[in-house]
This record gives sequence, structure tokens and C-alpha cells, in this order.
Amino acid sequence: MGRIAAAFENARNENRATLVIYLCAGDPDLDATVELAVAAAESGADVIELGVPFSDPTADGPAIQRAAERSLRGGTTLAKVLDTVRSIRRRTEVPILLFGYYNPILVYGEQKLVDDAADSGADGFLVVNLPPEESAGLREPAIARGLDFVPLVAPTSDPRRIKQAGEMATSFIYYVSMTGVTGSAASDLASAAQRASALQRELGRPLAIGFGVKTKADVATVSPQVEGVVVGSAVVQAIEAAPSTEAAVTAVRALVSDLAGGLSRR
Amino acid sequence: MQPLQSVSGRYGPYGGRYVAETLMPALDELTEAFEEARRDPAFQAELDSLLHQYAGRETPTYFASRLSKELGTRIWLKREDLCHTGAHKVNNTIGQILLAKRMNKTRIIAETGAGQHGVATATACALMGLPCEVFMGAEDVRRQAPNVQRMKLLGAKVHSITSGSATLKDAMNEALRDWVTNVRTTHYCVGSVAGPHPYPMIVGYFQAIIGCESRAQMLAQAGKLPDAVVACVGGGSNAMGIFAGFIKDEAVRLIGVEAAGDGIATGRHAAPLCAGAVGVLHGAKSYVLQTEDGQIVEAHSVSAGLDYPGVGPEHAWLRDTGRATYTAVTDDAALDAFQQLCRTEGIIPALETSHAFAYLPTLAKELGPDADILVCLSGRGDKDLETVIEELAERG
Ligand SMILES: Cc1ncc(COP(=O)(O)O)c(C=O)c1O
Repeated sequence: MGRIAAAFENARNENRATLVIYLCAGDPDLDATVELAVAAAESGADVIELGVPFSDPTADGPAIQRAAERSLRGGTTLAKVLDTVRSIRRRTEVPILLFGYYNPILVYGEQKLVDDAADSGADGFLVVNLPPEESAGLREPAIARGLDFVPLVAPTSDPRRIKQAGEMATSFIYYVSMTGVTGSAASDLASAAQRASALQRELGRPLAIGFGVKTKADVATVSPQVEGVVVGSAVVQAIEAAPSTEAAVTAVRALVSDLAGGLSRR
Repeated sequence: MQPLQSVSGRYGPYGGRYVAETLMPALDELTEAFEEARRDPAFQAELDSLLHQYAGRETPTYFASRLSKELGTRIWLKREDLCHTGAHKVNNTIGQILLAKRMNKTRIIAETGAGQHGVATATACALMGLPCEVFMGAEDVRRQAPNVQRMKLLGAKVHSITSGSATLKDAMNEALRDWVTNVRTTHYCVGSVAGPHPYPMIVGYFQAIIGCESRAQMLAQAGKLPDAVVACVGGGSNAMGIFAGFIKDEAVRLIGVEAAGDGIATGRHAAPLCAGAVGVLHGAKSYVLQTEDGQIVEAHSVSAGLDYPGVGPEHAWLRDTGRATYTAVTDDAALDAFQQLCRTEGIIPALETSHAFAYLPTLAKELGPDADILVCLSGRGDKDLETVIEELAERG
């Protein structure tokens, strides 16, 4: 079993949902990312989604767009993100899911990325603009190396696409709570969680719900229904607001502990 | 596990659908609606009638005798500048807005660079009574101000986009963000043969009328097919449209002209086919301007409609297979060609279009006096007067 599946199982054994925390690698810089990831893991993050910045993040709202811009201005590359994964891995066993857009992956080389990511201690890939139909070139080598490939299901996905995602998932499925970009205000998280819960039963796979989950109260709303909860923009905004790396680490510790407190007993 | 449904819309290795899951069903829906519409005689009749009676088709093919004399060869112009709204873009928007109505979409969005596609979308929306919102880079809002005014008069809302390079690429990013949010009610009217499948196919289909008409016109007026067909390439829709008529005529050379901006060697250009690398931008695999790490870089061109770091996937395939060849001309060369066409023929071309003309002296020298060259005069240049006057003043 991979680290990600193990994290979901561990949370299940503790009768709670899995907390997935998004960080944009290189925001504010790559050394800070190591500290932030370790702090998040120590404060209750079960999985780190480590964003690989891209110049044209069409699925992201302003907060994550700005984080990616800051990171790229600082010279972040995919190769440096893998070095950062290696540094995080020396300090903690928290599962690390690489999260990003396809072009940097294509240019790096899919097989080479899989090999280098596995060697660095990363656990899987979630690629926002790589739907199942286009994914074989990354997914197959990833699975062969024991890495996870995380498919997405959206509110617009039809039954055929939902089934396809279920068959493709190796650990969990990412459920997008609403039509929109990251950081949008939640429309109706409670009913999104209900839909996710129904899909989870239907597919026999854990789902993690993301988009629009920002606060402890949001986590408390969705976590009784769904096996995983993803918080992204709220974390990125806390880092943006902090005047220094130390302050950002403190803010992330506080935010993640608070969010973890919303993971209700199931 | 069941085999995946294969995504068609591949041109060799190019094209495809690299978009968020949220948009995949909408692309399926659009593909289906298009396939139905294209086989539906009622749809075809409505499209034909609007293109004819409203948009002013067919457009003439004109023998440019004074320009021919100056260049020492025979030049023919396919007059898309005479279409309603002043460019070829309206061929596509009338088709797509008809499709949007068939799909019961209640809101239209579009990206625009030069503003011609924005104006053409706003026009088709006014014609068919649909609300329209256009995303345009702040830099383009500045340099294409007349088109911003036109869109507003036509009832469209124009969003000025300040992110990134504040040009066409960033406008398309914002349009995609809007679409992923409002996909259930909204049709995204893409303006070129770019974007995820089925857009390159759909836009190519609606623009193919340029090549279809001009092939027949060349046979009737010149008594032969042209030796070469030349068009400017931004996303590639006017070029794909005119190439479509001649692609099976293997003796006809197809030449696309990209924007070399300050010169390819300076790195400040908009020529992905000439100087880019294979990548994925805005939903399709094609050539793009990018760093070694796969980050998209800003394009540079005096022409807002060519100022884009990507290009439609079918052009990538035509390039690789050698069926079409691609070259690039600088801002300076385009400005010279702009003035030459004004002076010799009494036609003010768009700055985009001027790039195609800027390649003619080279081509004329190569082909000699006994050749027929067909040029896609994709649009008129009223929108560019301010830019041209500024640029010429700077150059003294
Ligand atoms: C007159 C004209 N020609 C050409 C273009 C470039 O687009 P495409 O390459 O899709 O024809 C534009 C785009 O704005 C235009 O307005």
C-alpha cells in the first residue's frame, strides 16, 4: 500500500476524515516550502498536495495564481520541486501528492518525471488539465512505479466519466465540489458532500472533496460524509498574509490544527 | 477496466483535450451538437442565408494589378476584409452562435486579441439576441480602442484583463476560468482554430468557406489554381480557412506567415511554428513559446491578433508533414507592407493581414513573373490606424 492509501486507512481507523493540505511549492521560496510542509504535517495534515507552479493556471482563482507567480519569479522549476520533496522526505513521512498542470510535465518527460519523482519520495500525481483520455503516458508509468494517479470527478461528470474515474483511481478520487476555479466561495458544501458520499458508496473508493473548503466549520460540514477534505486557497492566503517565513510557519500551524479540529468523528 | 473512449480531434500527435474534468462533458456536448448540425439541412440553410444576406458572402477574389506590377508577379486577394465587421472572424461566430442556440445556451463568452473576434461575437450575439461578455487583455484594450467601443455599442460587456502579459493568452485564461464556472449555461465562442477538441475542427469547418470560394474563383478568373496561397497565422483560423480549399491540390504551396516581432533572434516574437517547441497550452498540444522548464513565455508583436504564444494544432501537423511551410516577418516589414497595400491598391489592411503581404516580395522573387499567388486579405485596418501612426512616428 502506498503512503496516500495508508493515510486514508489510518484516518478511517481513527474514525475521522483525511485532511489534505495544498501548498504551492516555492511560495514564498523553496526552503520555506520544506518548513511549511513539515509544520502542516505536524499540525494534522494527513497528505500534502504540493503544487508545481505553472505560468497559465486556468483552473485556479486569484490566490493560487498569485502564489504561482511569486514562485516562478523566484525561479522554481519542476526539478527544484523534486529536490524540495527530497528535503521534506528527510524530515517526515507525510504523503506528498504532486499537483499541477500538464505542460511542465510533458516538457520534463513523463517517464523521467515518474522515475525522478519516485526517487525523491513523492507519492503520486494529480494533473488538473490531464483528463483520463489523455493520461496514459503519465498514469501507466506512474502506476508501474507504485505511484498514485488521482483522477477528478466534477459536478458535471456524467455516469460514464464517474465510472471511468472509479476504475482509474489507485488511492482516492478528487471530487470538485462546484463548477468554478480554486478559491471561489462555496455555494452549497453540504449538498456537495452528500453527492460525494453517494459516489463514494457507488464506486467503493474514497473521495476527497475540494474547492470552497476554507474553514474549520466547512471541514466539519463535509467530513462526516466524505473520506477526505482538501483545503488549498485558505492556506495559500495565510502564507501570503504572513510578513516572514517564520510567521507563515506559525500561521500554517495554527490554521491546520484548527482545520484538523473540524474532522468530526464519523 | 473498460477501454477509454478515444478522443478524436488529433492531427498526428497534436490537438486533443487537455482541460479540467469540469469542461469535458461540455466538449462532448459541443462535439455532438456540431455533428448533428452539420448534417441538418435546416441548420445549413440558416447558416448559408445569414452568411449571404447578413455577412455579405461570397467575398470577391480580386486581381491586384498595381501591387502585382510592383512585385513582379501576379497577386490575387481574397477579400475577407469586405465581410461584415471587417474580417473573416464573422464566418466562425455566426456558425458558433447558431450552434449555441441549438444547445439552448443562454450566455456567450469570448476571448479577443485584436478585438475583431470580440466584435464578430458581439455582432452575432446582437443578431441572435444573446448576452455576450468578451475577455480582452488590458494592453489590447489600449491598442485596439476602436474595437472596444464597437463591442460596447453592440451590447457586449468587455472585461479588461491585467494578469500576465495582459494580451490574448491572458484573455483566454480568463475566458476558460469563466467557462469552468458557468459551463452549464454558457457557450465559449473560441475565435481561432486553437483550444481543445472540437474547437479546431469547428472553427476550421466554419472558416473553410474562404478556401472553398476562392478555389472556384481562381479557376473561373485565372483559369488555373494558384501556385501559392499565403496567409498570416495567429491562432491560425484565416490560414486554415483558405488552406482548406487547396490542401488536396498538392501542387499548390501553402505558406503561413507568423509574427517575428522585433526579430526571431531577439526572442521578442510570436512565432511558435518557426521558433517554438511542442507543448500544451489552452487545451491542445501544438507548438508553443516556452522556457526549457515548460513555462509559457509572452509573445511580442505589433499586431494584437498575432500576439499569442500558441497556434492551432492542425498547423503543427501541416508543418511537421511539410504540407504547409511557415515563415515569419518582423513588425517593421509588416508596417512597410501595410503602407504598400494602401498606396498601390487603395486597401487599408489589418496589421495581422499585413504580415502575409510582407512575405510577398521574397516569394515573388522566388516564383518569378509567371506565377499566381493568392493572399488571404483577412481583415481591414481601420482599427489599427492609431497604432500604425504611432509606430511610424517612432520610426521617424
Ligand atoms: C484581420 C485578422 N487577421 C488575422 C487574425 C489572426 O487570427 P487567425 O490566425 O486565427 O486568423 C486576426 C485576429 O484577431 C485578425 O483580426
